[in-house]
Amino acid sequence: MPPAILCENLVKTFPGRPPVEAVKGLNLTVNIGECFGLLGPNGAGKTTTLEILEGLQDPTSGRVEILGMNWAGQAHIIRQRIGISLQETRLADKLTVREVVTMFRSFYPNGIEADEAIARVSLEEKARSYVVKLSGGQKQRLAVACAIVGDPDLLFLDEPTTGLDPQSRRQLWDIIKSFRDAGKTVMLTTHYMDEAERLCDRVAVVDKGQVIALGTPNELIARLGGQNIIEFSLDGDPALDADRFSKLPSVISARVQTGQFGLTVGEPHLALPALMNELQRAGQSLATLNTRHATLEDVFVNLTGRQLRDAD
Amino acid sequence: MFRYSPLFQLMMARLREFYREPAAVFWVYCFPLLMAMALGIAFRDRPIERITVDIREDAGSSEAITKLKATLAADERLEVKGVTGDEWRKRLRSGKTSLAIVATDKGIELWDEPNRPESVLARHAVEAVVYKQVSKEPAVDEHHLDETGSRYIDFLLPGLLGMNLMGGGLWGVGYVLADMRVRKLLKRFLATPMKRRDFLLSIMFSRMLFTVPEVCALLLFGYVMFDVKNAGSVFSLLTLIILGAASFSGLGLLVASRAKTIETVSGLMNLVMLPMYIVSGVFFSSERFPEAVQPIIQALPLTAMNDALRGVMLEGKTLMEVRGEIFVLAGWGFVPFIIALKIFRWR
Ligand SMILES: Nc1ncnc2c1ncn2[C@@H]1O[C@H](COP(=O)(O)OP(=O)(O)OP(=O)(O)O)[C@@H](O)[C@H]1O
Ligand SMILES: [Mg+2]
Repeated sequence: MPPAILCENLVKTFPGRPPVEAVKGLNLTVNIGECFGLLGPNGAGKTTTLEILEGLQDPTSGRVEILGMNWAGQAHIIRQRIGISLQETRLADKLTVREVVTMFRSFYPNGIEADEAIARVSLEEKARSYVVKLSGGQKQRLAVACAIVGDPDLLFLDEPTTGLDPQSRRQLWDIIKSFRDAGKTVMLTTHYMDEAERLCDRVAVVDKGQVIALGTPNELIARLGGQNIIEFSLDGDPALDADRFSKLPSVISARVQTGQFGLTVGEPHLALPALMNELQRAGQSLATLNTRHATLEDVFVNLTGRQLRDAD
Repeated sequence: MFRYSPLFQLMMARLREFYREPAAVFWVYCFPLLMAMALGIAFRDRPIERITVDIREDAGSSEAITKLKATLAADERLEVKGVTGDEWRKRLRSGKTSLAIVATDKGIELWDEPNRPESVLARHAVEAVVYKQVSKEPAVDEHHLDETGSRYIDFLLPGLLGMNLMGGGLWGVGYVLADMRVRKLLKRFLATPMKRRDFLLSIMFSRMLFTVPEVCALLLFGYVMFDVKNAGSVFSLLTLIILGAASFSGLGLLVASRAKTIETVSGLMNLVMLPMYIVSGVFFSSERFPEAVQPIIQALPLTAMNDALRGVMLEGKTLMEVRGEIFVLAGWGFVPFIIALKIFRWR
């Protein structure tokens, strides 16, 4: 059985002065039945990659296969089998939610009832409202309803939960989970690490148009060497070198960014007392201290030395 | 049955978006009527002006005068007034009358005021009446071309219909598409298995659904206000209107197929429409242009539309008799549609 998505040496360069190399040789294989996440900072090339996979943009070079088919020859069949929610889906203002979903349903040979799709994203109460009257999160849910109404085998969701309240987000997670449990494939992008960890079977961390890490969330975190993070800052913001903490017991790596120190540690109960001693020796006092489990965010910071959210 | 038909759903979406926008409804339906009303009033036929003619009753034989008065009164342009003495001189000088008739021994004297056109007109009219009385050869039979069907408004209304069909088709389609492209509404459609043909057809059909009633309202208005009648069959007229709406929507699809902004599309529209407003015989016959450019003018869709509409409405022609125009119109609808389908920009 061919993979749901195969993409080899994908390159996309937008012409201009200077030209923008949005995607620079990206390789991915997404298996059927998988929920796959693309993580990366703003401008990493996630949307561009997704739109090429969705057949909305042409790659500059590289090979793309969707469900074993290619866009050049089988575009119409591919479109019947995929569902899409764009990063920003624009729909006609003066149509109601039900009218929009019904119209999208009519484009697909098979699918679920329009009302069923609306119910799955919990928009029943708004079924008769005009699109223009919906809140940002409700519009996002409508976009997802349009994506699933054709009962696709492969679902592309570009930042589906951005702007949703916690409850709607959990609802959408449930939709995605049940979709995947039915043996279908989901590819999504997100800026929320907790979301990726909870939802995705595998994630690819993308930066500057390339995959810089690939694996299950647990694998990637384990690759840090330590499962825990100690973060602290010091009174008076002294210019201390992070290196002096990296040799403390159980500390795997140390870094400092704008006065915020971060240590990746294996065993916090060994590292913490040693850290206190070190600070006392340096004559410094703590302003803040925080220990937590490592997340995908730390994976990114560790790989690039930058934060995920504000990496530009 | 239609519930999940893409063409039906797309058309319904267009119709709903249209009637949920009251301003659009106003402009589409009221504007052409207001324009027709203004033009109709401007070009309305003026009632015939009557010219006053004085006749002196106290000179010459009263028998001859009575006879002359009766003859002149038969001409509906003349208002004959009997006067006595030299009263007619004062009246002619002050413009109260345009002509004075004074009988003498030798015959009659006609007094006019050569600087006033209506005075000269009255003179010719009276002369004509008098001489016709004298000489019966050759027999002159007078006819007046003022029955319905040959007035200017009768000529103008089919031209207005054609103009509205063109404007409605091109603007209606062009504006909607450019607007959808600017608002990036088309991109989401591209990501579905929706057939592109269905989308373009839905735009065309929904446009026809707006234009046909609009044009029929104009027809009804012409009938009620100006008594403009259709000499041909209602079926032929309706067929032409539907065909014209389809043809100009097809052209509209092509004009808007790549434009990225409303401004571009407006410019293109004007480029296409302005020459046709002038040469295609909306306000005056296109045959007034030189022979050399006639083949081009005749091949334009608006010329074909106007000629066909006038053929049916004024001359009572059948569809068979205007098949040349029908062929031109169908070509202008079909070929641009196919090209638009090929080159359409979805983003
Ligand atoms: N149509 C375009 N023309 C020129 N440059 C573009 C175009 N679309 C995207 N880019 C550039 O390509 C790069 C990648 O953009 P992309 O939208 O794929 O990022 P992203 O990872 O989705 O970011 P975000 O998290 O903000 O959504 C950016 O530098 C962007 O400016
Ligand atoms: Mg994006």
